[in-house]
Amino acid sequence: MTRLEALRPWLGGDVPILPAGRIGGPLPWLIALMVLLVTVGLAGALVLAGLTRAASAQVAGSVLVQIVEADPAGRAAQTDAAAAFLRTSPAVAAVRVVPQAELEALLEPWLGEGLLAADIVPVPALLDVQTTGTIDARTLRQLADGLRAVAPAARLDAQADWLAPLMGAVAALRYLAASVALLLAFVGLAAVWLSTRFALASNAQTVKIVHALGGDDGQIASVFQRAILPDAIAGSLLGAGLGAAALWLLGDRFAALDAGLLAGGGLGAGDWLILALVPVGAATAAALTARVTVLATLRKSL
Amino acid sequence: MEEIIRFDNVGLRYGTDREVLSDLSCSLFAGRFYFLTGASGAGKTSLLRLLYLAQRPSRGALRMFGTDMMTLPRADLPAFRRRIGVVFQDFRLIDRLSTFDNVALPLRIAGVKEHELAGPVADMLEWVGLGGRAGARPATLSGGEQQRTAIARAVIGRPDVLIADEPTGNVDPEMSLRLLGLFQALNRLGTTVIMATHDVQLLRQVPDSLIMRLEKGRLLDPTGALRYPPREPVTKPEQRRDWRRAPVGGGA
Ligand SMILES: Nc1ncnc2c1ncn2[C@@H]1O[C@H](COP(=O)(O)OP(=O)(O)O)[C@@H](O)[C@H]1O
Ligand SMILES: [Mg+2]
Repeated sequence: MTRLEALRPWLGGDVPILPAGRIGGPLPWLIALMVLLVTVGLAGALVLAGLTRAASAQVAGSVLVQIVEADPAGRAAQTDAAAAFLRTSPAVAAVRVVPQAELEALLEPWLGEGLLAADIVPVPALLDVQTTGTIDARTLRQLADGLRAVAPAARLDAQADWLAPLMGAVAALRYLAASVALLLAFVGLAAVWLSTRFALASNAQTVKIVHALGGDDGQIASVFQRAILPDAIAGSLLGAGLGAAALWLLGDRFAALDAGLLAGGGLGAGDWLILALVPVGAATAAALTARVTVLATLRKSL
Repeated sequence: MEEIIRFDNVGLRYGTDREVLSDLSCSLFAGRFYFLTGASGAGKTSLLRLLYLAQRPSRGALRMFGTDMMTLPRADLPAFRRRIGVVFQDFRLIDRLSTFDNVALPLRIAGVKEHELAGPVADMLEWVGLGGRAGARPATLSGGEQQRTAIARAVIGRPDVLIADEPTGNVDPEMSLRLLGLFQALNRLGTTVIMATHDVQLLRQVPDSLIMRLEKGRLLDPTGALRYPPREPVTKPEQRRDWRRAPVGGGA
């Protein structure tokens, strides 16, 4: 109870000593723009994060071994040898030799039935290897060396390996989007700071009077906080509305990612919750920034 | 007799200029009526600014209500300011507030509830003859009405000390006397009054008043009444009348 009471002035909930005037000016529009851009930037970062997460989960524990050998008999022998070797390795959880029929079904649309049936195009044998946990480069090299000894035609690919540059790029994009959102939030708060400074300067006489009558900085700060709050709420709501519209329009693009190579595109329920917090956070941060600005400025007076 | 304000070798300078107040030493007592006189530019407003805590002295010591004002933390100033009522030379009413809200402001600052302040504010407006103007904006009031609004605002919180900077400066003689009557009524209720004026006529109107005379930033105290401890009991009526007969225009 007492702790909540102490919070009340910070939320602008104390009894007003003066009716809060309107700050006016471009502040609501500025806040709307900031909330819109932060929402879109943050949504982008969240989509990319979801994408990376889903893709890594899919490829993390998976290694693909190909036996590229034209002679069917040699291919079968090396496949068996490779499978046997892999099963002895502690880094390997499971080995599945992909059945020839499955491979041919995969390739048929590309190569045509006749070509495969005639064995004109040799299809490599595939071993789908699940590792125990995420595999590191050294273990991967040891596996490759061991494989070459028993099956010279074996080629080993960690899927995470060939996805790594892509993942790196995606992560960089994600941090870029998050940084831009953060910078925009900072610019928005700077705008609130400037507006508050301006409002304080143009009401300097009133502030002096309130001080002389025994008013404290907190009471004065609350007046300015209340003045900013309607502007901040209106701007935040407008920005959130525009942001939602923009995301809805972009939604098709994100959905397309979902259907493509990598699953996990699009925004989850948790992501929408985070995005819904943007306007709430913006309005709260604006009011608190106004308060802190007033308190910091008044501290220099007597 | 209770000492309420005490100056010890107080000096004040704005920025790096010469001192506008120098070597101020005196004691003021609770419940008395003080006139602060002196030519324009002598430092009256500067001295009052020290008293209503808008400014701290550059040197010396200032005690009010038994507390050292030189070292008092900034956060503690508001509580002291609420014990001091001020009538500014230029009124300083808040334009966007009605007469009622201007007068109610000190009570709102002090945390008085809305339903508890309506009565006292209406009474106060009645007392200064502004009962009918509660809803008017300051800009629509005459000079005298603004002045009385400023006085009502200064005294609504029942301050221990009332400070008025030339409150009769821009009103006709008749209104001057009426305003002075208000201050005397408050003084009789126990409020210490400190009033800057260069209106010699007013000094004669208040028996038992004490005079602080400033000349070029220095306090003249020809009778020693402001000294601490007082040279002689300051309550002796003949003596007080003597000071008021002392020339106020020329030197001591
Ligand atoms: N804020 C200020 N900054 C610099 N000088 C000031 C300031 N206020 C007053 N002064 C100077 O201090 C001196 C005393 O002024 P003031 O206290 O206003 O005298 P009075 O009220 O007796 O006319 C004057 O010389 C004036 O110019
Ligand atoms: Mg003056």
